[in-house]
Amino acid sequence: MPQRRDAAVVGIHEYPLRVAPGISPLQIKAESAAKALEDAGLSWSAVDAVYDTGGDQGIGGLGIAEYFGLKPRIIDTTYVGGSSFEFQANHARTMIAAGKCNVALITYGSSAHSDRRAIGTAGATGVGPVSPINNMEDPWGLTLIGNYAMVKTRHMFQYGTTNEQFAAIPVATRRHAMRNPEAVKAMTDLEFVGVRDLTTQDVLESRLIAYPLRLLECCMVSDGGGAVIIASPDVARNVRKKPVWIIGGGEATKYRENNGDITVSAGAQAAPIAFGEAGVTPAEIDVLMAYDSFSITVMCLIEDLGFCKKGEGGAYVGDGHLVFDDPRKPGLNTDGGGLSSNHPGQRGIFLLLEATRQLRGESTSQVRDAKLAVAVGNGGQLGSRHATAVTILAAD
Amino acid sequence: MPAKRPQPRFPEPDTQPFWEATKRHELTYQTCDKCHAVVFYSRRHCTSCGSGTLTRRSSQGQGSVYTFSVIMQSRHPAFAELGPYAVAYVDLDEGFRIMTNIVGVNDPTMDIHCGMRVKLRWEDQGEGELSLPMFEPA
Repeated sequence: MPQRRDAAVVGIHEYPLRVAPGISPLQIKAESAAKALEDAGLSWSAVDAVYDTGGDQGIGGLGIAEYFGLKPRIIDTTYVGGSSFEFQANHARTMIAAGKCNVALITYGSSAHSDRRAIGTAGATGVGPVSPINNMEDPWGLTLIGNYAMVKTRHMFQYGTTNEQFAAIPVATRRHAMRNPEAVKAMTDLEFVGVRDLTTQDVLESRLIAYPLRLLECCMVSDGGGAVIIASPDVARNVRKKPVWIIGGGEATKYRENNGDITVSAGAQAAPIAFGEAGVTPAEIDVLMAYDSFSITVMCLIEDLGFCKKGEGGAYVGDGHLVFDDPRKPGLNTDGGGLSSNHPGQRGIFLLLEATRQLRGESTSQVRDAKLAVAVGNGGQLGSRHATAVTILAAD
Repeated sequence: MPAKRPQPRFPEPDTQPFWEATKRHELTYQTCDKCHAVVFYSRRHCTSCGSGTLTRRSSQGQGSVYTFSVIMQSRHPAFAELGPYAVAYVDLDEGFRIMTNIVGVNDPTMDIHCGMRVKLRWEDQGEGELSLPMFEPA
């Protein structure tokens, strides 16, 4: 199938702060939207499609277009947790290709840190909707981190993956974070113990949060946000910077099933769709932006996207594959990732931002001759129900 | 006394029969009359074929640990002071997988492993109230 270049990322902005008291998620979204449009050289009123996880003003996505003061032809408030932004990018590409819109705006804003939300350790509160899922899961005291930890337990049992191998993920991405001034400021402002490169031993000696996951295998909880502008080829040809083309997209969901394999993410279903559309293989990818809520998330995504065989992720990540300057590509999470740069609750948008920076040649840990990048978001909770979307991007 | 655990809430017509049965210490699951699939958690339709005709059955309460985590840090008041506790998926011999707690071990990080045989242990929540199906080493 010939590769299609129907839509491109033409403008990006990452809100620079991770500790931002006194600014609301809506304000972060509006500021990021304005700066992403400026990055592209497009006007505010050029936006004719709005993608947003919604909810800031209630009733799903009602309220976001009004807050911005836009009159979009498309409003899409797909919300599946942290991967929402890859879903939305794929949907925007499809709608642009169908001629329904020309300039799509995706925004994100969160004050998770300043609100002091204990996302990972709060556990079921018993105050969510009265539903079958909540009724079956509320009583057991499972925290979000424990949910992912159950996947790690099974991965170690089923494939013999070791803690040392898992540690290779935070060690590599911390190295990238130390080269990214915004990530260094993030870790400093969030009062990380030791804003420096990590060793395997550091990871193995950090405290257990939910066995077998340790502190340094868990993402931060920050404030933050950003915006992405996706546009049609006609628009993309006239923007300030080189467009970054979206050449493939796939999405899937997965949930607890009798006899199901918890180590296999929805990425296994989404990836062939995306790679098939793009007409490329994992071996050709230069940059992998994989949702790193936890070490285990990355392990599963690397395997399920086909960068190695299922169950061989431990050996793959353990041999130095992940760093930006290793000749064996892809480089992983070159901005520092959710582990060491930015995770305000839903990290997906940052995967698109750094993938775009890489393909423009603007990363602080630039992969040499980067031509192809994958952004793979994983939202929800890996051990129970989650949604994975893969977005494949290509340099102009 | 620690705060009470979050409890199932009703009306919620799918899982209500499951929880009602726990008051009689019955761990129930469903099978589809049409395609014979095992359905769990309780629903009104078969998740394999969509049929609305299911039969509720009682499990023998024997199974094995599929996977687990030991929670070292929980901010929920019912669990915050509990010390490390294990949350698991257990595969029952009848073919369904349930989220639960593993109890009756000394050190949950050392004494539980995937594939370990376990058996049902009810944790009553109070007079006339439902009971929580937990598991301990068989």
